[in-house]
Amino acid sequence: MTEAILIEPGRRERNYWADLWRYRELLRVLAWRDLAVRYKQTIIGLAWAIIRPFLTMLVFTAIFSRLAKLPSDGATPYALLVFAGMLPWTFFAAALSEASNSLINNSHLISKVYFPRLIVPIATVAVAFVDFLIGFCIMIALMVWYGFAPDWRILALPFFIVFAILASIGPALWVTALNVKYRDFRYVIPFVVQFGLYVSPVGFSSQVVPPAWRALYSLNPMVGVIDGFRWCILGPESELYPPGLLVSGLVAAFFLWFGFRYFRKTERSFADLI
Amino acid sequence: MSEAVITVENLSKRYLVGRLSEKRGRSDYLALRDVIARGAASASRKALDALRGRQVLQGDTLEEFWALKDVNFEVKQGEVLGVIGRNGAGKSTLLKILSRITEPTEGRVVLRGRVASLLEVGTGFHPELTGRENIFLNGAILGMTQLEIRKRFDEIVSFAEVEKFLDTPVKRYSSGMYVRLAFAVAAHLDPEILVVDEVLAVGDAEFQKKCLGKMNEVSRQEGRTVLFVSHNIGTLKSLCPTAVWLDGGKIRRNGPSAAVLNEYLTQRRLSQTPVVDLDRLPRQYGGESRLRLEKLEWMSGPPLRHGEPMSVRIYLRAQSPLHDVSVGVGFSNFEGTRLLTYETDFADNNRPNLVAPGLYAVKLVADSLPLAPDMYAVDVGCRSGDFHSLDYVGAAFQVEVISGARTPGTIVRKGAAVRLPCQSEWQMERVQDVAETIEAVN
Repeated sequence: MTEAILIEPGRRERNYWADLWRYRELLRVLAWRDLAVRYKQTIIGLAWAIIRPFLTMLVFTAIFSRLAKLPSDGATPYALLVFAGMLPWTFFAAALSEASNSLINNSHLISKVYFPRLIVPIATVAVAFVDFLIGFCIMIALMVWYGFAPDWRILALPFFIVFAILASIGPALWVTALNVKYRDFRYVIPFVVQFGLYVSPVGFSSQVVPPAWRALYSLNPMVGVIDGFRWCILGPESELYPPGLLVSGLVAAFFLWFGFRYFRKTERSFADLI
Repeated sequence: MSEAVITVENLSKRYLVGRLSEKRGRSDYLALRDVIARGAASASRKALDALRGRQVLQGDTLEEFWALKDVNFEVKQGEVLGVIGRNGAGKSTLLKILSRITEPTEGRVVLRGRVASLLEVGTGFHPELTGRENIFLNGAILGMTQLEIRKRFDEIVSFAEVEKFLDTPVKRYSSGMYVRLAFAVAAHLDPEILVVDEVLAVGDAEFQKKCLGKMNEVSRQEGRTVLFVSHNIGTLKSLCPTAVWLDGGKIRRNGPSAAVLNEYLTQRRLSQTPVVDLDRLPRQYGGESRLRLEKLEWMSGPPLRHGEPMSVRIYLRAQSPLHDVSVGVGFSNFEGTRLLTYETDFADNNRPNLVAPGLYAVKLVADSLPLAPDMYAVDVGCRSGDFHSLDYVGAAFQVEVISGARTPGTIVRKGAAVRLPCQSEWQMERVQDVAETIEAVN
């Protein structure tokens, strides 16, 4: 016989990670489905992916730079400062809000077929990452527009992209699992995302935060991610604050561990609860 | 060949069900005070559960409910096992545990081989995607790799007979096409163990036959182990040599399917009182919002009598105005074959328009019931002038027909179906020779 599957109560499956690997194609297919379906029956289709972040950037630049007169990092154009912060933030916000509803939106799958449930929220994070890549192209276009060339620091960007992904997956998994049990989170998440936008240094530079508070401010893991992005893209004017980065990294790591653990723990009862 | 591929040992599954208790004190009305007290109690319990990370349940009392209790059985390599039982007997729970969708509370299952479960046709089909895209999506969800799907793509498409519409979104498919495509993907899975729920209860008759043929082929020729759950006795009998009968979460009977199914049939709901509450009986389809069959009242019996007048009154509740409404009562044998139908939509019959919503009653009368003495499953249905079924209660209860005054007293053959008297003319002279007689008669 090829393989034996043992089903027992409370059994953490030994081959969970192997299963996850075996179902990697499903991950790709689900992400592809969400993308393929998203712009069906819209007139301008994919253009939405460009218009939305672009307009947000314009509004933020107008409000924070022109009206509130907040300083940029050195001579960096304010639009670039905003966009470099918005890139990881939009990714985080999309990952969190899409993932939190992902299991409920796919409840017909959860109650009818077996596969590692982790695939569903991860697939939505993958979709958010595609949007991130589109946003990145806009970023490049903006930099060309302003005649702004990055220096060697841009080479560190992949590291911060991975950081952004890990910092998003942790809370996303936690919230996804919670949302299956307590649908209250469906109403909490949009609020958290909106609130977070103003708490995180998206529309302004984190250098406006007094130095004494910066480590505390970095308890929000997105502070570390956004600072890192600005440092890589905008160069020396946006200096990195190492203690803050460390704090953000630790918080993100904690959430990643906690999110995974909580998800795995509640995963087996999803079909009964959904 | 005789190794057990599926082993189920002491399998149990418990659900917690919250409900509103009926404690109402002395008076019949519910005081606001009680509502507040109850609300507070349940809110505090919910908060506690949430803090402890437990499931939050509605209602103010918790009840344990064992959907499955100490179930044991084995399925050997290449065997096709049928699972039968009433609604709520635990069939779906068993399937869900075997498909690893939910975990058991106690006991264990060992599955030796790759499992594919079909609890539904077209799981994950997305209406906006085309047929082609859905084949890949559905295949991936059922656990096929994209390479496998690509290899079998043409086979799937030709089985489903949807070549022309491959690049049309499935939301524009007819329901028949949709089901065909969905089953085609599932039928081309390549597992060692196949767990199938009543997916065959859909689609037109011809396609059902094709699906059954495919299932047969899969188990007989390719030596796959199949666990098949169905309400349809005929299908189970023809597909499954062995069967398990689940009742109230336990195994009631286990063995060769002929014996198990016969016993299951004789135990089914027998209508012994004149009034049958149709409203509470399960429906396979129909029962939509426009009309609901509420009650059936036998006006002669039960038991009914062979050869004697039969009349029955049916109560139906219309929710919206309906036109040209007709009702019917059918009698089937336990293989599911319809033997006799009485219906009111013959051209000369009276098909009223139900102008106002409300409760209506209709009386059906037959001069003489031709069914031979036996047990029959009863179907009750109602449809409107556009030939849409409004409600249909199929084989959800049985009735017994016994001998009437004119039934021949000699041995009554079981399964005689319909027995009718006919006109006869006798030639009473002594017959000399058969040939001569025929000549004389002509």
